[in-house]
Amino acid sequence: MSSLLSAPSALREDALRRLKREMWARAVKLGLRSWVGWRRGFTSKADPQRSGRVTAEVIEHLERLALVDFGSLEAVARLEKAIAFADRLRAVDTDGVEPMESVLEDRCLYLRSDNVVEGNCAEELLQNAHRVVEEYFVAPPGNISLPKQDEQEPFSHI
Amino acid sequence: MLGRTLREVSTALKQGHITPTELCQKCLSLIKKTKFLNAYITVSEEVALKQAEESEKRYKKGHSLGDLDGIPVAVKDNFSTSSIETTCASNMLKGYVPPYNATVVQKLLDKGAVLMGKTNLDEFAMGSGSTDGVFGPVKNPWSYSKQYREKRKQKAHGENEDSNWLITGGSSGGSAAAVAAFTCFAALGSDTGGSTRNPAAHCGVVGFKPSYGLVSRHGLIPLVNSMDVPGILTRCVDDAAIVLGMLAGHDPKDSTTIQDPVKPFTLPTSADVNKLCIGIPKEYLAPELSSEVRSFWSKAANLFESEGAKVIEVSLPHTSYSIVCYHVLCTSEVASNMARFDGLEYGHRCDINVSTEAMYAATRREGFNDVVRGRILSGNFFLLKENYENYFIKAQKVRRLIANDFVNVFNSGVDVLLTPTTLSEAVPYLEFIKEDNRTRSAQDDIFTQAVNMAGENLTSAIPEPHAKEPEQLHVTSFSYLPMTNELAGIIETFVVT
Repeated sequence: MSSLLSAPSALREDALRRLKREMWARAVKLGLRSWVGWRRGFTSKADPQRSGRVTAEVIEHLERLALVDFGSLEAVARLEKAIAFADRLRAVDTDGVEPMESVLEDRCLYLRSDNVVEGNCAEELLQNAHRVVEEYFVAPPGNISLPKQDEQEPFSHI
Repeated sequence: MLGRTLREVSTALKQGHITPTELCQKCLSLIKKTKFLNAYITVSEEVALKQAEESEKRYKKGHSLGDLDGIPVAVKDNFSTSSIETTCASNMLKGYVPPYNATVVQKLLDKGAVLMGKTNLDEFAMGSGSTDGVFGPVKNPWSYSKQYREKRKQKAHGENEDSNWLITGGSSGGSAAAVAAFTCFAALGSDTGGSTRNPAAHCGVVGFKPSYGLVSRHGLIPLVNSMDVPGILTRCVDDAAIVLGMLAGHDPKDSTTIQDPVKPFTLPTSADVNKLCIGIPKEYLAPELSSEVRSFWSKAANLFESEGAKVIEVSLPHTSYSIVCYHVLCTSEVASNMARFDGLEYGHRCDINVSTEAMYAATRREGFNDVVRGRILSGNFFLLKENYENYFIKAQKVRRLIANDFVNVFNSGVDVLLTPTTLSEAVPYLEFIKEDNRTRSAQDDIFTQAVNMAGENLTSAIPEPHAKEPEQLHVTSFSYLPMTNELAGIIETFVVT
C-alpha cells in the first residue's frame, strides 16, 4: 500500500479505480448482481406505455438516495403511475395557503428537563446487532459509493 | 364465554365465575383451532399463562387492577414488545426482539391484561388487505360463516371450499380477525390511513381511531409520524371506551402526545341523540360505493333521525383530493422512516462487506418487499429538490385545506359525521390481488384517510347490528357480511358531555 501512496497521482487514481472495480466485482458475485443486472435491460427497451418522466438518471439517482433498487421495469411503471396520481394535486388552488406539517401546530411540544433518567443499556441494545465487537457495532468500510452505471464491468468474466 | 363483551367477562372474573387461567386457556385453544385464519404471527403462550396466573393471584386477594385484569388481548406486530419477537411482517425484522415495551402495551400490561400474541399485518402496515406480509395473508373469519358459505354454494358447485376466502382488510387485519374470531377481547392496531377502521369494517368489529396526540406512539414502529395513531379493536363500543380510558394520556416518551389531562369517562347506558346534529358529507357519495353500503348508510341516518337527531347534508369540498394528498405525504414520510433499516444495529443484515453502501443496499433489498420499496422510492421522488415544492409542500398545503374543511363543518353546529368506512363489503382474496397494493390502498382508504390528515377528529367504525346491538335496527339478511359506518366525533361527544 505504501508504494501506492508514493506513486504519482495518475497512477494512484488508476490503482484506486481498479481496486474499486475488484471490490465491486466481488460484491456482485456475492449477490448484488441483480441490483445492477436489471438495469441492463432498461435503456434498451422502450415501453410505449410509460410517460418517460422517470428517466435512467432519475432511477439511478433515486436508487442511490434510497439505497433501495427498483428491481424491475414494473416497479418503474408503478412509480410513474404514482407520479401521475400525485399530479392531480396541481388542480387544487393553494394560493396563500400555508403548508400544514402537523395537526398539533397550535400547541407547544412537550420538553422535559435535561436530566439523565435512563440509559446504561448498551448490552441489551448490542444484542440485536449481527456484528459486534466489544461495545461497537461493526460496519464495512465507508466512503465507497456504489458504482455508476457506466463504471460497471461486464459480467462475462466472473 | 369467549363471545361476551369485555365488560361482561370482567364482571365474570370479578365474581369468580371463571378464573383468568381458564379464560386464557380457552383463548389459547381457540387460537390453535383458528390457526388457518393466520391472524397471529406469534402466540405468546408461556407469557400469557404466566400473566393469567398472576392475575388469578390478584383476584384471589381481592386486589384486581381493574376492568382489564385477566382479559386476553392481542397486539399488532408493529408494536414493540419486550422479549417477544416483533417483525412488522417483514424479513427486515424477522428475529428482532425489542428490549422494551411500547407505551400502550405497557399500559395494558400494567392494568393486568393478558397478552395472547402478536397479530399479522401487511408488511410495515402498508396495505389495505393484510395480504402483503411475509407470513402470508390473514383470512376473514366471516369467510367461514354459515351465511357466506351458503351463498357461495349457491353460486359455484364443486369449487374448493377454501379457495374463495375473504380478506380481512388492512393493515391491522390480524387484530381484527383475532377479535372477530373471539380469540381475545380487545386488540391493538395502528391507524395511519384507515388501517384500524378498514379491517374492523370488514370483520364486523368496532375499530376506534383516537385523535392524533391522545394516545402515545412510543414503541409503535413508525410509518407516517404526523398521522400514525394506535387503534383499538373490540367487539362493542363500550369495550373500546374502556380500553381508550386506559391508554389515553400524555406520555413523556412521545412528545407529540398532548399534555391536557384526560378525564376517565364511561359511556352513558342509553344514548340520547335529541341534541345531536349529524352531518352527511355529500362528497362521500362516491360512484364506486356499493349499493348495500349505501343502503346501510341511509338506514343508519334514518335511524338517528327517527330517534330525534338532526341529520343534515354537509360539504367537505376537498374530499376528492384527500387520497392523493395522503398518498404523497405518506410515501414521503415513509421514505424517511424506512431509512433507519440498514442492518447495522438491528434487523436483517446481509453478508456483503465491501462497503457500507453496498451492505445497506443489499440488506434493504433482501429485507423489504416490493410494496415497501415502491413507497420508499415514490417518497424519495417527491422529496427530490426539484419536486419538493410541487409535490411535498403542495400536499402539505392541500392537507391544510382538508383539515379546514373538517373544522368548518364542526364549527357550523355539526357534532358528528356519519359516513361509510369502505366502498363495499370484504372481497375475496382472489379478487383483491387483481390490482396492486398502491391501487388498492388508493381505492380502499378513500373514506378513512381524510380524518388521519385532519387529525383532530375521533373516528370509529361501528358495525351495523349484525352482531349484537339490539333494539333499534333490525338487520335483514340481504347482506351476509359486516359493513360499518364511521361516526367521526361520536365518542368525543360523549366524552365532552
